[in-house]
Amino acid sequence: MLRYVAKRLLFTLPILFVVATCVFQLARVVPGDPALVILGDQANAEALQALRQRMGLDRSLMAQYLSFLWDTVRGDLGLSLSSNRTVWSEISAVLPFTIELTIAATFVGVVLGVPVGVLAALRRNRVADYVTRLLSLAGLSFPAFVSGILLLLAFAVQLRWFPVVSRIVINDPLTRLHNLVLPSINLGLIMAAYVTRVTRSSMLGVLTEDYMRTARAKGLSRRRIVWSHGLRNALIPIVTVVGLYFGTMIGNSVLTEIVFNRPGVGKLILGALQSRDYTLLQGLMIVFAFFVVMVNLCTDLVYGLIDPRVKAR
Amino acid sequence: MSLLSVSGLTTEFRTDAGWRAAVRDVDLEVGANETLAIVGESGSGKSVTALSILRLLPEAGARIAGGSCLFEGRDLAHLDETAMQAIRGARIGMVFQEPMTALNPTMTIGNQIGEVLVRHRGMPRAEARAETLRLLERVRLPSPARRIDDYPHQFSGGMRQRVVIAMAIACRPALLLADEPTTALDVTIQAQILRLLKELQRENGMGMIFITHNLGVVAQIADRVAVMYAGRIVESAPVDEIFARPLHPYTRGLLQAMPRHDRMQDLEPIPGAVPSIRETIVGCAFAPRCPLRIARCVEAPPLDAVGENHAVRCWVAAEKVPA
Repeated sequence: MLRYVAKRLLFTLPILFVVATCVFQLARVVPGDPALVILGDQANAEALQALRQRMGLDRSLMAQYLSFLWDTVRGDLGLSLSSNRTVWSEISAVLPFTIELTIAATFVGVVLGVPVGVLAALRRNRVADYVTRLLSLAGLSFPAFVSGILLLLAFAVQLRWFPVVSRIVINDPLTRLHNLVLPSINLGLIMAAYVTRVTRSSMLGVLTEDYMRTARAKGLSRRRIVWSHGLRNALIPIVTVVGLYFGTMIGNSVLTEIVFNRPGVGKLILGALQSRDYTLLQGLMIVFAFFVVMVNLCTDLVYGLIDPRVKAR
Repeated sequence: MSLLSVSGLTTEFRTDAGWRAAVRDVDLEVGANETLAIVGESGSGKSVTALSILRLLPEAGARIAGGSCLFEGRDLAHLDETAMQAIRGARIGMVFQEPMTALNPTMTIGNQIGEVLVRHRGMPRAEARAETLRLLERVRLPSPARRIDDYPHQFSGGMRQRVVIAMAIACRPALLLADEPTTALDVTIQAQILRLLKELQRENGMGMIFITHNLGVVAQIADRVAVMYAGRIVESAPVDEIFARPLHPYTRGLLQAMPRHDRMQDLEPIPGAVPSIRETIVGCAFAPRCPLRIARCVEAPPLDAVGENHAVRCWVAAEKVPA
């Protein structure tokens, strides 16, 4: 097991290398001079030149690339061009909020999506199935900012159950959780739609398996057959989707963070894009890539827990 | 008084042409300690008969359209689902054809057997585990204590079938339904499994319905034989009688098509195939393939008694035999 994890971690290195290279190139391809963006139109040529020199932008592309790689390996993501603080301190200041939102949204997505998907499979081609399929389609086609505004209107403005603007109180976990409810439902509903669809189709496949008939022949209750024998065998595709979606949700959280006015990585990306903050963008993408790779690793480990045949291979 | 008494059982499937019968008006009797073999080609309705008795057919696409299955004083065809659950696995066990897929791949074999004991005999987990070990020993799974926590994919087909059998007999059922339990296995393993089933039957006094298309297996295990064709029983007789005096042309055809060491050369296949469930059958279903066909075969023949415990559904065969 430990050897497997170590091997998988080793495999992530080339992935991160490729990501770092792409990120570096992309940031250079985008038109616009960062020095000009930082100092503004009125800056004189000398000041611009001095800033370029300080940022290392006057060196050859290769030299910039090599020093970028070396710094990244050491965990030094550089200085943010727009704020002059380190990129890592910029990211780490808001990353916990995004991770908290992502985990809460995944929780909503799974807790809602899996049971609904299973029920849809059991009631195949009956009313409940059609209703779920329709709702999940609606969930998939609804943009997050629209659903966010609707949720705010209903539960914050009309019913006043939740705050309109999320205050972030670090040392009061209850308030923090309270503030998290609406944003995580907003982000989680889309995921629930995905999870419902995958659960339904995966479960439909499992329901016709021979071992399900064996379970019935043993006289087990319907509940035990479906949830204990069926769901476990249907889990692999579900875990795959949850893992994939969890990985991308850090980026997808941007709209939710803006609508609910939460601090988070999403807003940081937007700011970095607007101010052409190359170093911050690079740092964000590397942190993303690392995150996605880690989630994938966890997904693979979970496969082994669900299905003993995966471990054997 | 027989253990299970099926009469007039008719099971229908939903097709694009409406509900069509896969099993028509089937009568069966099985006593304690007795083995009834149901024989027929694929599609003859023998598996559907067994699944109908335990009510294991998919709810959406199949229904029991008529008849009764009296077992221990109750009609299984009309019991509600909860009552059926209490009978399945407890009073009636079932062994399936495909040991490779009949077990849940994500559960240890120990837990799969143990849950039957927990469910029906209310055993605490530890006790169920001890009983599971005893059962695995009984079905002669090698080194059961070491293997009880293994998963199905770690076993061969024969070993898995032993696990399935252990599961089916865990609660000492009065009746065992065995649906082609040896078809997917090597010949040597087949013989071992048949012997095991025979032993278990003798120990527990079980009645057994043994479904197969292999007449060699029938000769080894059955007391009585029912031959099915296109959803109907076409001949039924004690096992010796079927081999010594087969009357229905289909039964004869099956015997002709059976390889035997003393006549390997002249195997005679039955021409044609079993009619599909979508076809509307007029008269005798076997007539299109029958060498003895006469004009009267456009009328459906009844199942006529032609001797003690011997009945045949054929105008020609019933005629020849002095009643």
